[in-house]
Amino acid sequence: MAAGTASGTAVEVVDLATTPLRELNQRLHDLAGGKEGPTHWRVLNPRGAHAVACGLDAEIDIEIDGHVGYYCAGMNQLANVCVHGSASTGLAENMMSGTVVIEGSVSQSAGASAHGGLLVVHGDAAARCGISMKGVDIVVRGSVGHLSGFMAQSGSLVVCGDAGEALGDSLYEARIYVRGEIAGLGADCVEKELRAEHVAQVRGLLERAGFDDVDPSSFRRYGSARELYSFKIDNAY
Amino acid sequence: MCGIVGLFAKSPAIEESLGRHLAAMLAQMSARGPDSAGVAVYRNPVTSGSKLTLYSRDTLYDWDALCGQLDGAFGGATVPSVRASHAVVLVEADAAEAEVWVRRNFPDLRVMSAGSVIEIYKEVGRPEVFSEQFSLADFQGTHVLGHTRMATESRVTTEGSHPFSTGLDLCLVHNGSLSNHNRLRRTLQRDGIEFHTENDTEVAAGYLAWKLREGASLEQALEEGIEDLDGFYTFAVATADGFAVLRDPIACKPAVLAETDDWVAMASEYHAIAVLPGADDARVWEPEPGIVYVWEKAAV
Repeated sequence: MAAGTASGTAVEVVDLATTPLRELNQRLHDLAGGKEGPTHWRVLNPRGAHAVACGLDAEIDIEIDGHVGYYCAGMNQLANVCVHGSASTGLAENMMSGTVVIEGSVSQSAGASAHGGLLVVHGDAAARCGISMKGVDIVVRGSVGHLSGFMAQSGSLVVCGDAGEALGDSLYEARIYVRGEIAGLGADCVEKELRAEHVAQVRGLLERAGFDDVDPSSFRRYGSARELYSFKIDNAY
Repeated sequence: MCGIVGLFAKSPAIEESLGRHLAAMLAQMSARGPDSAGVAVYRNPVTSGSKLTLYSRDTLYDWDALCGQLDGAFGGATVPSVRASHAVVLVEADAAEAEVWVRRNFPDLRVMSAGSVIEIYKEVGRPEVFSEQFSLADFQGTHVLGHTRMATESRVTTEGSHPFSTGLDLCLVHNGSLSNHNRLRRTLQRDGIEFHTENDTEVAAGYLAWKLREGASLEQALEEGIEDLDGFYTFAVATADGFAVLRDPIACKPAVLAETDDWVAMASEYHAIAVLPGADDARVWEPEPGIVYVWEKAAV
């Protein structure tokens, strides 16, 4: 099963056409807590399977050759996951740390509730990208669908393309940067000044995402006007 | 839940193996809909007269006796195929008239579809079992729709299974639920559209049949549906020569589209498309909310 170039850099290849998904995920879970094992994995023939490389907690690199189904890299900690294809609903949902890169496009709720780490989408992200995000950084090369950043609490969402309806609806302290057109802002989401520290933040995120041909000063910044019910101190219990 | 699939052939090779691909896609959607399964197959168009698909609870039903009476009433009646509980009946009559005649004279039968091309088969039970029962792998044709049902708003019965056809050669499969179907059903009934179940999806099919009857194109009918149909839905729709996909503007229900030189495919989840030949190199995308996607035979 293992195929490598030199000892220590061997790539563990798992073909999902012949290996059950649960076996792959169990082997990856067995690496949690710094246990010894392969550090570089390659997954073949995912064919839209759900929950590929979900629940990881190890400093490993995983490349997935093909399209994945729901919840790929969900709850990720420490691992670097790269999908050479597209991903369906709930990619990197509740990610805590590490990096998830999608070379294609993603369906809805990418990075939902994620607390940390970096999510990079080379194509487009559909509706509800970064919904309820709690500290993750998300960089999308293309566009995002409606209700992206809904109730986003912290972290940053950088969109190089356009954004759909109701962007940043009911958001808290997350920062949203968009370069293209916006179909509409959600409740309590307003444009804010793009100051030097924001340009620096966008530059840093674009660099980490590997998008070196995008001008960080060409974005507009959006955030919470803090006018909704939940921001009024008199409404606190 | 529920799973829906659609496959529209663009090459003779895919037309010849359409049923086999449909069965493979349906099996992948089993987990989304284990209660019942159904398909609409567009194949063997009749050059004159019409084609009905009929369902009987009695799997030993005497289809020849029905055929004899239908022949007496209209002439030219034959039963070219019987699959499990369903039979295809050809008759030298207007499809709508033949349908009304069967409903009146054989109230114990159900007319699953009527037209010149469409055949609909549906039954309770797991999709894999259904595919075996109805020998899906044998089917050749131009395009197909399939549905696997996880029942939410009405009982698990053959009649309540999808697909629904309320207009000649028209078929609709649905993942989701409508919230204004009772009011809309009454409105459509006043305009002469007939319904045979309490199912919400049948109302969406009836709505499209009504719009098409009033002269709208498939694309126009679906675009007006965005305004008139309230609820959650991903629809896949087929006509004698067309295939369309529409998601509601909120887009809670999933859908993925893929296209190669040989086929256009739609499914609730990508793994139902991954079983098709050449899927690895297909153009794959998520249909945008509130956008009508249409393919038509003449245009391909």
